[in-house]
Amino acid sequence: MTGVKGVLGAVVAAPLGWLARLLEAPLRLWQRLAGQTGMVAFFLLPNMAIFTVFVLVPLVINIAYSMTTGAALFLPERTFVGAAQFERLLRCTDYTDLMTCQEDQFWIALRNTGTFVVLQVSLLIVAATITALILNRALRALSFWRAVFFFPVLLSPVVVGLIWRWILDRNGVLNAALVGMGMDPVNWLLERNYAFSAAIGVTIWAHLGFFALILLAGLQAIPRDLYEAAEMDGTKPARVFWRITLPLLMPNMLVVIVLALIRAVQVFDEAYVLTGGGPGTATLFLTQYIYEVGFASLLKNPGLAAAASILMGGVLIVLTLLQLALGKRNERRGKLK
Amino acid sequence: MKNTMIALALGASLMGTTALAGDVRLMWYSDGVEGEVMKDLVARFNAENPGINVILDEVAYKVVQEQLQIQLEAGSGPDIARVTNIKTLAPHWLDLTPHLTDPEYWRTNFGAHADWMREDGSEAITGFMTQLTLTGGFANATLFEQAGVALPGEGATWDDWVNAADQVAKSQGTAAAFAIDRSGHRISGPAVSYGANYIAADGMPAPVDDGTKAFAEKLVAWVEGGQMLRDTWVAASGSTYRAAADDFINAAIPFYYSGSWQIANLSTKIGDGFDWVATGSPCGTAGCSGLAGGAALVAVKYTQNAEEVAKVMEYFAREDIVKEFSERTLFLPAHAGVVAAGGMNWQTEDKNVGAALDAYIAAAGDILPGADALPAWKWATPYYGALVNRISQVMAGELTLDDAYARIDQDITEAVAAAQ
Repeated sequence: MTGVKGVLGAVVAAPLGWLARLLEAPLRLWQRLAGQTGMVAFFLLPNMAIFTVFVLVPLVINIAYSMTTGAALFLPERTFVGAAQFERLLRCTDYTDLMTCQEDQFWIALRNTGTFVVLQVSLLIVAATITALILNRALRALSFWRAVFFFPVLLSPVVVGLIWRWILDRNGVLNAALVGMGMDPVNWLLERNYAFSAAIGVTIWAHLGFFALILLAGLQAIPRDLYEAAEMDGTKPARVFWRITLPLLMPNMLVVIVLALIRAVQVFDEAYVLTGGGPGTATLFLTQYIYEVGFASLLKNPGLAAAASILMGGVLIVLTLLQLALGKRNERRGKLK
Repeated sequence: MKNTMIALALGASLMGTTALAGDVRLMWYSDGVEGEVMKDLVARFNAENPGINVILDEVAYKVVQEQLQIQLEAGSGPDIARVTNIKTLAPHWLDLTPHLTDPEYWRTNFGAHADWMREDGSEAITGFMTQLTLTGGFANATLFEQAGVALPGEGATWDDWVNAADQVAKSQGTAAAFAIDRSGHRISGPAVSYGANYIAADGMPAPVDDGTKAFAEKLVAWVEGGQMLRDTWVAASGSTYRAAADDFINAAIPFYYSGSWQIANLSTKIGDGFDWVATGSPCGTAGCSGLAGGAALVAVKYTQNAEEVAKVMEYFAREDIVKEFSERTLFLPAHAGVVAAGGMNWQTEDKNVGAALDAYIAAAGDILPGADALPAWKWATPYYGALVNRISQVMAGELTLDDAYARIDQDITEAVAAAQ
């Protein structure tokens, strides 16, 4: 072992040390010239450059696109139309009837996404909490069960979509089982409510393990003596959950809620592979609408897709700020404790 | 590290830009066995032409549909591509005329379809059709026979075919009587057979007319009645393309409306599972028209190696190569010389194939002028997209037919405005 360490030291540490010595003098000089703040900026520069190239610049280009129209790809060749794309997206004669909206499918996607977010996040939180509570108990083969619940998280979303499509298809595994039991097959992906429920169920199945893991970490951080005291007082299990577990789990729960909200707003891959947005537009979500309008449709309109993505980005920014605020609040509470 | 290198190499290869002098990247998708045939032809070309290295990038049809246009708009892409969206993308094709040894050969043999792949008013030679296609039907003869239902004969209408297939479906317990691919192209021949005309007098899109409405109403009624398989059209949104070939191959439908390009696919996958026949297009009130089309091999104008590209195109357009390609892929050739010479030796032992190809060749004579004009019409693609998008919403119970017609007109108007 020492031999291996020695070899590693010679191979890795020695050249690194040589490099550090080589850079020391110029870095010290730079620190003297730029000061401590300058050094911070210097070390942040590579990350900021990457962020600028891959996030900031595309964002600015996207905003510029949203104010243009035409089939051309390069901005200078596109026609400036100001806020016309946003106006087109948002214009409705009667906002209670989506069919009166000029871009009716944007509103349908918005409504579907809203419904999906409310239902999926609620069910996901409940399911993840129950799963975490079960996994927190001293079960036999606990590691195995934790792996079982976490396994879907490791799968590619496309694989998840395909697996469930094979199960729920007209000729799928589930219908084969129903027919085998003498029952009539069901068109799971062709009936609006079934397809929408399937999209919710599959995304919950795919992400449950991730959120359950976060909640499990929170549960394990709750001091055992609180439960022992409650037990000595003869407190009922339900009261223990509502009065001890849930309040102390709340910091993790809030993170889970915000992350789940963000993911739900962005729903695309699993649902797209599973239902293709159908039947009709029953599972057409915002991200798919943007993808269809910008890339896949025979009626491509990159400007309109960019405008829709900016509106969706607004929602995500609000949720992200919420997550940051909650993170800071948790941090402050942690310090106070 | 090795994986990273492989990923980088793959990424670089998919960029589609010629990196080295003499390299010619060819983007190719396959419906049937043509990818295998093309690989063989490319290998032979490379062996005969040491200075040129043709790299065959085999991709899914979806990639050609969705990503190629973006690459082309960005001024990149492959050097040569096999495409079906030929007219809309025509501004990106290279005029091969100055690079060809004998442009007259191209005009003589491929001139009939040259307008399909060049801008209106242009005389450019941009490529050639690797195959001609015609939309049409296929019937599962075995299922019809087992059900004791006679195949509708010449002049049979859409209603005749659907009713006959429905009897078969009920007798044999199939999922539905028939299916049509989820594609605006596929329903346009039948719509023209009911008198539809998409093109206004000024060459721009015409509002949805009675012919289009007549066939759209039938489609919706057939879905509601359970005769037409719901899965293909209803189980997707937007203008997403969905083929129903697998349902026909799996004998889930006795009648399938698609096109001649499916012949090799059906032959390969059905094998001797059941007997099938090509039926041509059922008739409407105005005729029995299918819609011609096909895939073209076109040169991309952003190539850095135009001379090499022209040499490659000349090789694949050679009469003997076109004949061999068609015989091996079971595609209808577009080369006038090959067609005139006849004597095609279709390379298959499947007894269904020869008859199917003959049926399609015969059906080519039934194409109505309204359908014949569509492959070279600039606005066909947006029109097809709007039809699929909105009619499938009606099928799903989200729109009424009248609302759908209004939306189709609006979608097309907006698409035209956005493209101009």
